[in-house]
Amino acid sequence: MTRSAHAAARTSGAPAEDYVTMTIGGQTFGIPVLNVRDVLGPQAITRVPLAPAEIAGSLNLRGRIVTAINMRRRLDLPADGFAERAMAVVVEHDDEPFSLLVDEVGEVLSLPSARREPVPATLDPRWRDVSQGIYRLEDKLLLVLSVGNVLGAIGTETIH
Amino acid sequence: MSRGMQMDDLLTDFLTETCEALDVLDSELVELEQRPGDPALLGSIFRVMHTIKGTCGFLGLPRLEAVAHAAEDVLGRVRAGELGVSRDVISQVLAALDRIKELVAALGACGSEPEGRDDDVIAVLRRTAEGTAAPEAKKDPAAPPGHGTLYERAGSASGIDTACELACHGFLSKSPEAAALAPDMLKLQFALAKGFEVSLQQVPGIDIADVMTCLTDNGWNDGDVSLLAGELAEAFRSLGVAEGDIASLTGLLRRSEKSEESAASGTDDAHGGIAPEAARPATPAPATEKPDAAQPAQTLRVNIDVLEDLMTLVSELVLTRNQLLQIMRGQGDNPFATPLQRLNQVTTELQESVMMTRMQPIGNAWGKLPRLVRDLSQELGKKIELVMTGADTELDRQILDSIRDPLTHMVRNSADHGIEAAADRLARGKPEHGTVELSARHEGGHIVVVVSDDGRGLPTAKIREKVVANGLATEAQLDGMSEQQIQQFIFRPGFSTAAAVTSVSGRGVGMDVVRNNIEKIGGIIEFQSTEGAGSRFIIKIPLTLAIVSALIVECSGERFALPQNSVVELVRISRNSPKGLENINGRPVYRLRDRLLPLVSLREILGLPEEDDRTRAQSGADGTYVVVSQVGAFVFGIIVDKVFDTEEIVVKPVSRSMRHISCFSGTTILGDGRVIMILDPNGLASAVSAAPHAEAVAQAGRGERGAHGGEAVSLLVFEAKSGGPKAVPLSLVARLEEADLATAERAGSRTVLQYRGGLMPLIDLDGNAPELTGKHPILVFVDGSRMLGLVVDRVIDIVETALDLQLAGGSRPGILGSAIVSGAATDIIDTVHYLRLCDADWFEVDTDKPYGAESERNVLLVEDSAFFRNLLIPMLTIAGYSVTVAEHGEAAMTMCKEGAQFDIIVSDIEMPGLSGFDLVRKLRADSRMKEVPIVALSSHANPQDIERGMEAGFTDYVTKLDPKALLGALSRTSVAAPAKEIAA
Repeated sequence: MTRSAHAAARTSGAPAEDYVTMTIGGQTFGIPVLNVRDVLGPQAITRVPLAPAEIAGSLNLRGRIVTAINMRRRLDLPADGFAERAMAVVVEHDDEPFSLLVDEVGEVLSLPSARREPVPATLDPRWRDVSQGIYRLEDKLLLVLSVGNVLGAIGTETIH
Repeated sequence: MSRGMQMDDLLTDFLTETCEALDVLDSELVELEQRPGDPALLGSIFRVMHTIKGTCGFLGLPRLEAVAHAAEDVLGRVRAGELGVSRDVISQVLAALDRIKELVAALGACGSEPEGRDDDVIAVLRRTAEGTAAPEAKKDPAAPPGHGTLYERAGSASGIDTACELACHGFLSKSPEAAALAPDMLKLQFALAKGFEVSLQQVPGIDIADVMTCLTDNGWNDGDVSLLAGELAEAFRSLGVAEGDIASLTGLLRRSEKSEESAASGTDDAHGGIAPEAARPATPAPATEKPDAAQPAQTLRVNIDVLEDLMTLVSELVLTRNQLLQIMRGQGDNPFATPLQRLNQVTTELQESVMMTRMQPIGNAWGKLPRLVRDLSQELGKKIELVMTGADTELDRQILDSIRDPLTHMVRNSADHGIEAAADRLARGKPEHGTVELSARHEGGHIVVVVSDDGRGLPTAKIREKVVANGLATEAQLDGMSEQQIQQFIFRPGFSTAAAVTSVSGRGVGMDVVRNNIEKIGGIIEFQSTEGAGSRFIIKIPLTLAIVSALIVECSGERFALPQNSVVELVRISRNSPKGLENINGRPVYRLRDRLLPLVSLREILGLPEEDDRTRAQSGADGTYVVVSQVGAFVFGIIVDKVFDTEEIVVKPVSRSMRHISCFSGTTILGDGRVIMILDPNGLASAVSAAPHAEAVAQAGRGERGAHGGEAVSLLVFEAKSGGPKAVPLSLVARLEEADLATAERAGSRTVLQYRGGLMPLIDLDGNAPELTGKHPILVFVDGSRMLGLVVDRVIDIVETALDLQLAGGSRPGILGSAIVSGAATDIIDTVHYLRLCDADWFEVDTDKPYGAESERNVLLVEDSAFFRNLLIPMLTIAGYSVTVAEHGEAAMTMCKEGAQFDIIVSDIEMPGLSGFDLVRKLRADSRMKEVPIVALSSHANPQDIERGMEAGFTDYVTKLDPKALLGALSRTSVAAPAKEIAA
């Protein structure tokens, strides 16, 4: 992941936020860089029987047990065989580590806060729930993921 | 460091120490009520209250000080012998203590005393104190000079304490350095008081002269020292100590001829109070010492968080160590091997040491109970004594926290519901005082805590009523349970036996909560009660939770950890095993040593995919394993694919997002770094007990087990038609079903039920086709593809009992005879009769060579039990054998000696006189009998028995209650060459 974009934004002086970008099923998402603890390659994940479908299982991150969330399932995208080859973005929620399984992790972008727009009302409710805003980049759209919303609903309600 | 900061620290110290002191006071006051004449106890109570008062004065806590002062006054009166220890006095002091606790709690929460007045409490205490003597008498405790020792004339401990306190106050108000000295002044006060006591009482310790010397050593100037001495003299004077005595007391302040070396070893602490403590040899942690501690404990206060962190770090270390060892195992010679061994050892020791830091005496969870019981006895108007033993039994802090509330609840229950009113007790011829006993002890990796009372006990009849009324079970289900099982219903949610909801119990917190709390920490709880004699709760809890030993099992290719403490044994069931898994009402069970074990399939519970044949072949598994587990009194089996070894695992909590899954109690990282889930036996057990019948059957079987020696048989007792209970050997019954006969069909003269893809003929006890109405239990007899259902009215119980067949069946068809089962005359039914009624050639199918097909064969049956003779003779006859009976070994010997010829001999092993073993040896000694096949018949058929039988000369060895096995054995032996490898 490169830090050049990040550095460029710093010099411009306008209030900006840094996002770790990632793609899930072809769509680009961003998570504020301060929320991200780690980025990992494909990991050995222990499946947990009876767990909600979005939970891919648990993995061992340097002695800590991290719950892996299958982001494709969370977003209702096809997810067969996905967990085995996915990249993992480790975030912390309620003092508990979670690893979000995504297709790819891209560079860190520094985006001016002023350009952040609200999520279109027509978006699938499932997607809208987990998005905090949207950026129009030159060649694509970037949805800002709300880590709290992604993880909050898991385990408390059955989504399927 | 600013003074404000120091005051905050001081406040924190005060809170910690006061909280402890208050708990001690609670118990001690209750003790005092029982032993009013104990001066040591009274002294200790007085000093604690006095210390609280003094400390509050220093810290500027007027409300606390006032309440403590009033209470101290009353205690002082008691100590002076001017006031007797009455229940009222103790209650008043306890009320003051409660107020102090409230204030301290508020102080802890917001850092300052809450607004408010304590006139109510203080007024009551004042009245008590003043009601007996003039206040002046208390202010002037000193007797005229010449009476008593100098110590007594100085006012004893309380007088000296007060004097030192006054002196320190006075000193602070006059010293120019007051602000800097204030924080240490409390310690100085204690040191002074202690010093006086040492000097005057000549007890070991640091005398008052040493204390003063230390002050100088710690940088006090002479002016301050003499100011303090002056204040001390002034203080004694104000307390009415005679001038001559004051001179003697101040004289003690100066070192006379005694050496000064102890003082020379003083610390670098800035000011007084601490130094004398440090100067005392072998006192490593002086800062926390209390003045009344005779021998300071060698302890250090450590923040809980630090310990928790330490524990977590050690856990990580253990995991890393396991990982390293795992890697090492795969390697041959390696230079790391030796240091790794050392690391291994050190880690284990470190782990143990850190665990030790978390251990606390269980008494810490009991501290409040004496007070609780006392208050209860007053409120309820009962006389109750609480006896506690084993309070110093240590266990993990975390566990201690989780049993505190359950224990309190149980003690409260015992006092409220258990112990009767004094009058009732006397009427029953019991001592007027009820006793609640609380005990704790170590028992092999567990702590066993018992809460018992000698009260009225819990009448089982009442429990039954409640159970039925609350719909927890039906009368019929209860009929099938033992008293002990019924008693366990008190742990079910929504159960309370208190007829009235009192202010004490019945607050909606039931025993189910208690059980949940205990089981959450891997403990088990049992309840026993004898009506009129009392009840007992027995709790068994693990010592620690953090690191446990676990059995690693595999199911559908995924591994899980199962805490070792709930594993009873492992059973491997090979695919070809004759004794496989069976079903009762569609639920799997396994016969483990003649006891029915309800089973759960881990695969089904966890919804894991079925392993296909290919992967199974690859993994090399040729059967399954049953992990026999125990939760509370409930034993059940968990079916898994594979079992690996046990590992020490560090339990980590399950992620919040998965905490709702009741099957898992935690998660952990194995030595190879993989994450696995820890199974919760409680969660799995609840999956089994969803089938209450299976549980009841299993428990009933166990309940009666071991009650009788000798020829014990498991009998299924049931009711059918009229004429009392009937029974059939359980081993003859393949399954127990319940079916609605409306779904059965008539086929010719017979009634059949579609069952498991086949047609099962149904028959009732009279041998007729049953009516097609109503739901009935059905005893299913199975032989290969053949089935028979015997329709009965009600299944009562399964009992294991020694059978003594009392009456022959006589003319009644289908009845072998009667026996006493569970105290009632019970007809033992002749299974063979029904099988034959239903299918005349039941025993003559299913093999290429029918049993006994080549003409009649002569069988000698040597059997002393009438029951088995009656069971076996008709069966063998039906199968086409000609049966001769010998009732004992001697009779059989005589028959053979007289030249009787038998094709096969079937002999019981356990017989009076000549045993089966002896018989076969004698027979084999006879040349004519060398070749005759002899089949052993025994209720014990473990491998050793079989081996022993073979050695003695038996050809085959079968279990008594397996008629098919016997017929099979007979068929085998008569078909095969009879002379096969008989032991030479």
